[in-house]
Formats: sequence, C-alpha cells, structure tokens
Amino acid sequence: MTATDVPGLEVRTAEPRFEGRRGRWVGASIPRHEDPRLLTGRGRFVDDIALTGMLHAGFVRATVAHARVTGIDLSATRAVAGVVAAYDAADLALGDIVALLDRPAEEFTPTAMPILAKDKVRFVGEPLAIVIARDPYAVEDGIEAAVVEHEVLDAIVDEATALRASTRVHDEAPDNVLLDVSMFDTPGVDEAFSHAHVTVEVTTRSGRQNALPLETRGVVASWDARDDQLLVQTCTQVPHQVRTLVARCLDVPERTVRVTVPDMGGGFGQKCVVGREEVAVAAVARRLHRPVKWIEDRREALTAGFLAREQTYRTRAAFDADGHITALDVDVVCDMGAYSCYPFTAGIEPLMASAEMPSVYRVPAYRVRGRALTSNKAPTAPYRGVSRPQYVMAIERVMEKAARALDLDPVEVRRRNVITEFPYTGVNAVTYDPGTYRESLDLAEATIREEGWYDVRASDDRAIGIGFCCFSERTGYGSEAFAKRKMTVVPGFDLSEIRMDTTGAVVVTSGTMNHGQSHETTFAQIVADRLSIDVDRVKLRQGDTERIAYGWGTFASRSVTIGGSAVALASERLGELLCRVAAHLLETRPENVAMDGDGGVVQLDDPTRRLTYEEIADVAYLRSHLLPKDVEPALTATASFDVPGDGTFSNATHAVVVEADRGTGAIRILRYVCVEDCGVVIHPQVVDGQCRGGIAQGIAGALFEEVTYDEHGEPSAASFIDYLVPTVTEIPDVSISHLETPCAFTENGAKGAGEGGTIGAPAAVLNAVNDALRHTGVELDVTPIHPRTVLSALEGGL
Amino acid sequence: MKPAAFTYHRAHDVADAVGLLSDLAAAGGDPKVIAGGQSLMPMMTFRLARPSALVDLGPLRRMPSMTTIRAEGDHLTLGALVTHHAVETAALPDGFAVLARAMRWVGHLPIRSRGTVAGSLVHGDATAEWCLLALLLDAVVVAEGPSGRREIPAGELFHGFYATAVDHDEVVVEVRFTRPAPHAALTEFARRHGDFAIVDAAVALDLDGGSVTGGRVVLGGVAPAPVRVPEAEAVLASGGVAGDALWAAVADAAAAAVDPPDDAATTAAYRRRLTRTLVADACRDAAGGLR
Amino acid sequence: MNDPHLLSLTVNGTEEEVLVEPRRTLADVLRHDLRLTGTHVGCEHGVCGACTVLVDDAPVRACLMFAVQAEGADVRTVESLDDGVRLSDLQQSFSEHHALQCGFCTPGFLMLAEGVLAESPDAEREEIREALSANLCRCTGYQTIVDAVHATATSRRETTA
Ligand SMILES: Cc1cc2nc3c(=O)[nH]c(=O)nc-3n(C[C@H](O)[C@H](O)[C@H](O)COP(=O)(O)OP(=O)(O)OC[C@H]3O[C@@H](n4cnc5c(N)ncnc54)[C@H](O)[C@@H]3O)c2cc1C
Ligand code: FES
Ligand code: FES
Repeated sequence: MTATDVPGLEVRTAEPRFEGRRGRWVGASIPRHEDPRLLTGRGRFVDDIALTGMLHAGFVRATVAHARVTGIDLSATRAVAGVVAAYDAADLALGDIVALLDRPAEEFTPTAMPILAKDKVRFVGEPLAIVIARDPYAVEDGIEAAVVEHEVLDAIVDEATALRASTRVHDEAPDNVLLDVSMFDTPGVDEAFSHAHVTVEVTTRSGRQNALPLETRGVVASWDARDDQLLVQTCTQVPHQVRTLVARCLDVPERTVRVTVPDMGGGFGQKCVVGREEVAVAAVARRLHRPVKWIEDRREALTAGFLAREQTYRTRAAFDADGHITALDVDVVCDMGAYSCYPFTAGIEPLMASAEMPSVYRVPAYRVRGRALTSNKAPTAPYRGVSRPQYVMAIERVMEKAARALDLDPVEVRRRNVITEFPYTGVNAVTYDPGTYRESLDLAEATIREEGWYDVRASDDRAIGIGFCCFSERTGYGSEAFAKRKMTVVPGFDLSEIRMDTTGAVVVTSGTMNHGQSHETTFAQIVADRLSIDVDRVKLRQGDTERIAYGWGTFASRSVTIGGSAVALASERLGELLCRVAAHLLETRPENVAMDGDGGVVQLDDPTRRLTYEEIADVAYLRSHLLPKDVEPALTATASFDVPGDGTFSNATHAVVVEADRGTGAIRILRYVCVEDCGVVIHPQVVDGQCRGGIAQGIAGALFEEVTYDEHGEPSAASFIDYLVPTVTEIPDVSISHLETPCAFTENGAKGAGEGGTIGAPAAVLNAVNDALRHTGVELDVTPIHPRTVLSALEGGL
Repeated sequence: MKPAAFTYHRAHDVADAVGLLSDLAAAGGDPKVIAGGQSLMPMMTFRLARPSALVDLGPLRRMPSMTTIRAEGDHLTLGALVTHHAVETAALPDGFAVLARAMRWVGHLPIRSRGTVAGSLVHGDATAEWCLLALLLDAVVVAEGPSGRREIPAGELFHGFYATAVDHDEVVVEVRFTRPAPHAALTEFARRHGDFAIVDAAVALDLDGGSVTGGRVVLGGVAPAPVRVPEAEAVLASGGVAGDALWAAVADAAAAAVDPPDDAATTAAYRRRLTRTLVADACRDAAGGLR
Repeated sequence: MNDPHLLSLTVNGTEEEVLVEPRRTLADVLRHDLRLTGTHVGCEHGVCGACTVLVDDAPVRACLMFAVQAEGADVRTVESLDDGVRLSDLQQSFSEHHALQCGFCTPGFLMLAEGVLAESPDAEREEIREALSANLCRCTGYQTIVDAVHATATSRRETTA
C-alpha cells in the first residue's frame, strides 16, 4: 500500500524546501506572543482573578523589629464589620519553613521561619495573624483592631551589632551568623602578598534593595472538593517549590495541592522563594472551603517583602610590577535579615560570592571567607544578579585602584588580567567556557574613545568620569553546579512535554516560569525551528503543576539555557516521531524522509510525496490502526535537560560616562555602552530589553534605591516617596553591541541573558563616579552613591 | 493600604460646603474638604489622615469663579479649584508667567491634572512650589467660614509642619497674587524628577535695565515652612549689576542665613549647600527672563 | 452615611451605575466592580502610574480618586484602545518597539501617552520623555517606551499632515 492508498490521505506534490529554512525563527525579533493580551488589558494577573464567594486576606504585622510576643488578641478584629475570621499561629498550627544546606554545624545553622510568628517577632512587618474579610477595606479595618502585646528586645540592625551579639535573632545562632564558610584558601596567598609590588585594599558595600516587581506578591487559593485539591494561583517564579512547601507546611500529600501561575508583573528573584503569606492563605482557604485572595500592598512590599543586596566585601589584592594580580583575599559579609529563605537558604549570597569572586580574571591564589548574618530586618531573596553585582563591584574597584597605584590605565590593567584562553579552570575550581571577555572590553573602550569621551573628560572643567566593568555571569547552573553549593534541595534540570493536536498545532510545556522574559515567544521560536512550522502554531504553557511533573521555575538566567534546551529536545523527538509515522505511511525508510520546512514531511528521493503534519496527526489520533506497530498513538514527546559540569558563562563589558554636578552632587549619566555576549541570540529585541531593564535596575542600586532602617530596626523607606525607584528621566538610553560565542552545552547555543545588566551597572557607574572625582582625593566604595557624598567630595567637605 | 471609612458629602456651593463643615463638626465629626485629593488621598490611604467625613468641592467646578484665572490690574486671581495643569497651560501676564513656568516642577501631569492651587496651599508642604510662589508674589488667600470671608496674606499663612492659618471650618475660594514679578524664577533639586524638592528656591528680581534694585528670595526645604530670606533680599536691595558676582553674593547670604534641618532625608550641611546652588541658579534664570 | 452611594459614570462609552462605599477608589471600582482589570494598581499612593486612566480626557491616577468623585465623569481605560480585532497604532508601536516585558505597567503608560499625545501632538522625544517620567516601569529601562510613543507621535503627525 502506498500512502496514496491510505483512504482519505492525499499525497500532494511539493518542492523540497528544507534548505536554509532551519533557523528561520531563532534570531528574528518576531512580534511577541504575549503582547496582544497585555496591550489590551486582557492579561490575567493574580489580582484580576475573581472567584465566586471569594474572601480577602491581610496580615497583622509586627510593628517593632525584635520582641517577645506576650499576647495576641483578635477579638476586636473578629468583631469588625465585614471580618469573617482571624487566626494566629496557634489557630493555624502549620509547619515551619525550613531551608537547609548539607553542611556541618560549624558552617551552617539551620533556622525555622514560622508561617505566622509565634513567640517572637524578628522584623518590622513580620506576619503575626491573618485576617479574612469580605473586602480588602474591611481587612484593613480588622488588622487595625488587632492588639499585640510584646516585650521589646534590642534590635540587630547592622554588622557591628550582629557580631557583637548583645542579643540573638535566633537562639540557635548565638553569634547571629547563619553561615560561615571558608570555601577557598589555595596555596600561595600569603607569599603573594609578601612579594607583592602593590597591594590594594578596598571595602565595598552595597545597600539593601528591593527587587521591586511592579506587581506586588499575591495569591488566590481555593479548595476544590471534587478534585480533593487546593488550587493555589500565585505569582511565583517557582510553582513547584510552592507546591512542595505548601504541602509540607499543611502536612498533606503533594497531590492535593495544585499551583498555577497567571500573568506576572515581574519578579526579579523576589518571587523565586516561597512566601509565608502564600502558605497561610492556602491553609485558610482549605480550612474555610472558600476562595481567599491576598494582594500585598506596596507598604508591605517595601517593608515585609523579600529584600536583597546588603553586603560588605573586604578585599585585598596583590599585584606584581607588571600589573598582574597574584592573589586575592576576601571577606564577604551578607546581611540576610531575619530568616533563611526557601529553598535557597541564607547561604546563597555568600556562597555565590565565594565561588565566583575571581570573576573574569586570572587569579593564581585565592582565599575567601563568606558569612551570612541574621538581623532584625526583612529577610532576603536572591535578587537578579545574586551577589554578582556586589563581588563584581569589589573586584572592579580592585582593578581601578590597582591602576591608580601602578599608574596604568584601568582598562589596560583589566586587559593584562582578563581570561583569554578557554576553557579556563580557575583557582576557584570553576571551568569557564569560551567567551569574549577581552573582546568586549576592547570594543567598549574603542566605542567610548571613538565617540570622543576621553577628550570631553580631559578638556572640560566639568567633573566628568569614565568607568568600566567587565564581568561574566554563570547562567546554566545545572544540578551538578548547584550540588557543589551543598543545597539539600538542588535545582538544575528542567522538563518539557510537547504535543501536536489533530490540527497540527503544538502545545509545549516547560518547568520554567515566564514573568516578563518573553518565554511564550522565544520558546515558540525554538520549537518552530525544530519542527519547521510557523511560530504562531506553537503555544507555550507554563505555570501549572498539573501539567508537568516538576520544574525549577525561572531564576539564575536558566530558562533559555536549560528550559529552552529541554523544549528543543522534546521538539526534536516529536519531529522524529512525525518522520517515523510519515515514513511508515509513505512506505519508505525513515532515513528517506525529512521535515520539509513547511509543516510537512517529505520523501527525500521523491519530493512529490509529502504528508502534512495534520495528515500525520489525523492518523496518530483518529486512525491509530494505521500507525506502525511499534508507535503508540498520539503525537507527544518529552525531554529533560540538565547542564553538565560547571555550566556556561555569558559575559559583557559596560562603559559609562558620568558627570558629577558641581552644584548639587547629582550624577548624570551622559553615555552608557554595553557590549554583551549571551551566545546565540534567540530574539534580539528581547535580549536588548533584558540588558536595558537590568542596567536600569543596576543604576537604581548604584544611585537611588536603598531600604534604610533606624537604630531600632524601623524601616524608613516604606513608600515610593522614600524608596527612590528611578523614572525615565534618571535612566539613560543604552547602546548595546552583541558578540556571539555559541554555547557548546545548550541545545540552542544560547547562554542566559537575564541578569547581566544588573550585574555590570553598579560597578561601572561607581567607577565612573570615582573617575569624575579623581582630582578630589576621595574614593567612594559604597552604593547607593548619595549626591551629598559626591558634592562633599567635590568641595573637599561639606 | 485602604482608607478608613468616612461619610461623603457633595457641596453644591461654597455656603453649602461651609455649612456642611460646621454641621458635621458640631455633630462630633472631624470633616475635611477634598479638592483634587492629590495630597489628602495618599495620606488617607496610609491612614495618616482619617477624617470622619469628606466634603467634596468637586461639584463647585461648574462655578466659573472657582476654576477661572483672572487678571485684574496688577493682580492675578485664581479660583480655588484651578488645577496646576490649568496654570501650566494658561497664557498669563508677564508679571505672573513664573507661575506657569514653575508648574513643571509640581509632580507629574496626572497629579497636575487634578491637584489644585488652594489644596496645595492649605496642605502647606514646606517645599510645595505653590507655597513658595505665594510668598514670592504676595498671595492673599481668600477663605470663607461660618463668620464670612476673610483674607489671609501669604506671610501669615504657613505655621510649619503642614499647618496653615486656614481653619478647619473654612473653605478657600480664591487666591490672589498681588505682586507681579516679570523677572522671577523657581528652581529646585530633587533626586528624582517630579518629587517634592529637597530644597527649592524662588527668586524675583527688581531690575532697572541691567542693574538690580531689589527682589525677593524664598526657600523651601530649609525650615518647617517655606521662608523668605531677608538677608539675601538685603543683598539684592543694596543693588548691583545683574550678573554672576551678585548672584553668588545673594546665594552666599541665603546659605549663611538659613538653619536647615538634619533629618533622615539628608543633612543640614547639604541643604545649605543646595541653597547656595539653587538661589544662584534661580537668580540667573530670573534675570534671563529679561525681555 | 458610610452607606453606599449610587454612582453614575461613563466608562469607555458605556454608562454605568455602581453602588459604592465612599472610600472605594476609582481604581478598585474599575477593576473589581466593573471588572475592567486592565487598569493596574502598583502603589496606591500616586507614584507608580500603573493605574493611570483618562478622566474627562485628562490622564489621572485612578488610585488617587475616590470613585464617588467621578460622578458624571467620562472615564477611559486601556480596554477602550483596541477595536476588538486590531491593536491601536500606539499599542502596535509598543509591540514593535518591545516597549513592554511583563506588561504590568503597560496600561498605565498607554493611557498616559494617549493623554500626552492628545494634548501635545507636536511633542518631540525630550518632551515625551519628561511626560513619561510620571510612571514607573521596572522591566524595560524605559528607552523603548519612549521610542514607541515618539514613533506614534511622528506617524500621527504624518497622517494628519
Ligand atoms: C506623586 C505625587 C507627587 C507630588 N509632587 C508634588 C510636588 O512636587 N510639588 C507639590 O507642590 N505638590 C506635589 N504633590 C501634591 C499635589 O500638588 C497636590 O495636588 C496638592 O498638594 C494638593 O491639592 P489638592 O487639590 O489635590 O488637595 P487635596 O488633596 O484635596 O487637599 C489637600 C488639603 O487641602 C485641603 N483643601 C483642599 N482644598 C481646599 C479648599 N478650597 N479650602 C480649604 N481647604 C482645602 C484639604 O482639606 C486637605 O487638607 C504631589 C502629589 C503626588 C501624589
Ligand atoms: S497605583 Fe496609582 S499611581 Fe501607583
Ligand atoms: S514591563 Fe514590567 S513593569 Fe513595565
């Protein structure tokens, strides 16, 4: 029987079109699949969800930073009009959130984060009770009516008070240190310093920041008796981890929890940890058998949401007479706030810094100690960049200071130290895959030079400075790389399932979680190329724990490298399946058919014989008796992907020209150039967008944003009046150049592009400001840089 | 972040508004007028303000006297409900053109579309541009209360820390600016565009050809209320050639005279230093307005 | 008199009547009473601009108006921009310039831009930039939003010229 003999199946003549058509979608800035709904107000964000009978939740929160709780009285709350219920920790009796590392007691102290505070509060804003009411206005009235009694304890608000340990945030941590790891002390550090031509010392510090997705956190939980399941609709970057933790805290089988994620208004890491509010709301919905919604308000987001970035680096570096770095010795202290976040723990920042601090440079000897302190401030989560903005700032300050000490150009010092031969295995036992460290540096410098900025800097009586930052960013953290950090919950792999329906349309799943990164578009591009179909025929479905066995969500720029690879592999397998079925139907050998680039499979030795995917699908589903004996019905394929070894590194150089205003100390950014290499670019506009958005956040950290506290631990930036998110007038246009070093380990040759902007900007801006102040004798090593400090430097004191 | 409950009352005319305020207060309430709501509403949302009742002046927008800008002789009169944006886009006489130019510093367009001149003055923020402009151009606030109308000169308006001479039972009906200043400017410094200033400065110069014969210097952000700086005005009054040397002298005098606060936002020294920069800049801008 | 008020207003050309507690914000009434969830809420204190809508043609913060203050007003939200089939020129321009990532700020920027362009059709890039500083975006770094609005301003000028 030939294919034409299959009843109803017509084999049309077609030209072979495969040539040159592969790669039609990847690399093109096609219209984003997400755009139409988001532009017309038809997206569905968590606060857009309304369920019949839905109640609203809010939290009674601690008003002091550190206190023993002696009583919570919710009777007045329960009497407020519209209030339906109010519960404290004892009422709900939930399990604690405990995030662990597989490290000995002298290195790591496990602590528990209760869902609602029990005997003690540890930061202003810590949830103590949950109030449920008919509308959010009544919720606020109910919260106001709650009475909390407490004995105030001394607050730990900075490194000095934490280490002095007059009081303990957690009894388990007598010295207020949750992690203390000396990850490296390689041979020769002391010798290098004793023989150093120049020793550079710098203490860099970055202020506490809020990742600040414009959409605050939120959740709608509802109980479905028929499915015997709690549906938790929440804006999270990590749906499966939320499911795991909700099930554990409620002590129910994980099957009885389903987490789905609607459209998300950003996350930037703040939503890649599980929030205690998500668990509390889920528990109440289950208890009341009513849908319950909680939407974090901005004051809560600024004071009680997960924060980030408060870190101090005491760095010493030895250089020889030629300007080569010979040793690096660093002490990293991260103020992680009151609790360890799940699943990453309070260790994530110091461990990241310790592992990666040598950055893009050839460092022969390395010593590092990393500590995570606990304090009476809101806990932290790994914000976009995760320690990299900080350690990059430290080492980039080292390069600038070495340049001054050696009387060399700062770019030249970098050039002499930057890794140029790959793969390179560093003193930190990390192997770096090929990148364009040196090339990006050269191009960024050349751009600034050709545009004449060095002349502007030299000739002008304005205070103008030029700053650089050269860095790389590990993006493909597979399970092997994460396991090195000794997490007990080890992220890494990702899964994908792909299905073609009877119309030839494709639905693909991924365990990653888009929250602005355009996965629906870029993943569709990958699939469309692998299956040679139109990109509009591909729909990505993410954010539903019922659709995929497990996933690690989106963080650490892992989506396109790992998730994108899984999707590509699954597509590839589906393509093979299509070909196998087609070969059978065409009665030829599988090697004699191929996808034709136009939604069909063609017989290679007779291109007039061809089957469309619809025709193949028709057989696969509706006339499965025609399938080959060894092929099961349905057109589906699955794949998993994990990056082996140390993963892959994106890289970039940022160059910035700033002017320090002599009358106000304000920093104006006159020029911003970014040269980046994220491997194969799937969607150029999207990569540019990630760079620009990241750079804006980096500038925000360098010049504007800081979560501040008074000595009692009272947060002093509880609104957008005081927490200064920059607007368009503070953020410059950025020009971006791309270098492309395809990654050998990922399916698409892509490296991640999600975090780089944020990593490079603080150091580049800080270096530029210092360059503008070069005649003043003042060096600034702390961000955010306050105009007052700049003006004081310019004026020789204020 | 949701306001506490209140009762809501629409005023039909000024007398109605005044009557509502008195009646609601007499009944033991704590009523407040709402105009554009651009200051009151954020305070209510944070529950920093929790009036028991709001008397909405919105319906009074249909009364021309409340929303028009009228130039009469040497005076410019703004109805209480004139918005910042209406001023920004109005063609004003030279002597008051500074008002329009200054509006770009007041928040952003959506705030300026609703925020009102009177609301800004009654709110009395120490750095609010309208408060500085009132001192600069000798504004007179006309308020109607249970015992009739009274006029409050700008010099007596600000009591500091958001307190003003307008009583709780009074409704401002118009604001009259009585001192035209063709050579005037307002400038300020905030870390982010559109924010309330850390320090702002408004200057009006009396010019005779190229020489200065006098003028006004008003500052915000250096005291609990906006202030005139007599020491700096004295430098202007002693006269001189319009130019950077004189501006520097005025600026130095202003910086030396003020005693700004040291607070969580920033230091006294920085505010003093900004004063010097901004006063000089405002002088330069004001002189540049020379036509 | 905390009692609900009967509010009448026009939203996107449709006359609506809603029973609202006086303290309910216009943003909440649009989103939760009228279920027009395109208007977003990011701060509830007037700074982020995610809630920007047009009230009687002027861009305003829907979080800084009590709904009762909108009695008789003509309100336009993002849902009014497309015709159900095609995106408006401004929406199209946002898509072409990749002026949105997560899209949470987008409705606010669109309505702000419509207000600005209606009032200043001749606006050039710098003026547009200053006007757009009213709203916050955390994802894009703003450049492409300015590009998108500027391109729309330019093409509208060309079509009317
Ligand atoms: C994000 C943001 C940024 C801002 N930036 C600035 C800025 O840079 N500079 C600046 O000056 N302002 C700024 N504002 C405030 C804005 O200008 C307000 O509009 C103005 O301060 C108050 O005017 P309103 O009509 O909105 O008054 P409302 O908020 O309605 O009322 C303010 C106070 O005045 C009283 N009141 C109002 N009208 C009358 C009246 N006719 N008679 C008696 N009492 C009355 C009210 O009872 C209340 O106490 C900003 C506001 C926001 C939200
Ligand atoms: S929600 Fe209205 S301005 Fe932010
Ligand atoms: S696109 Fe996400 S906040 Fe603007």
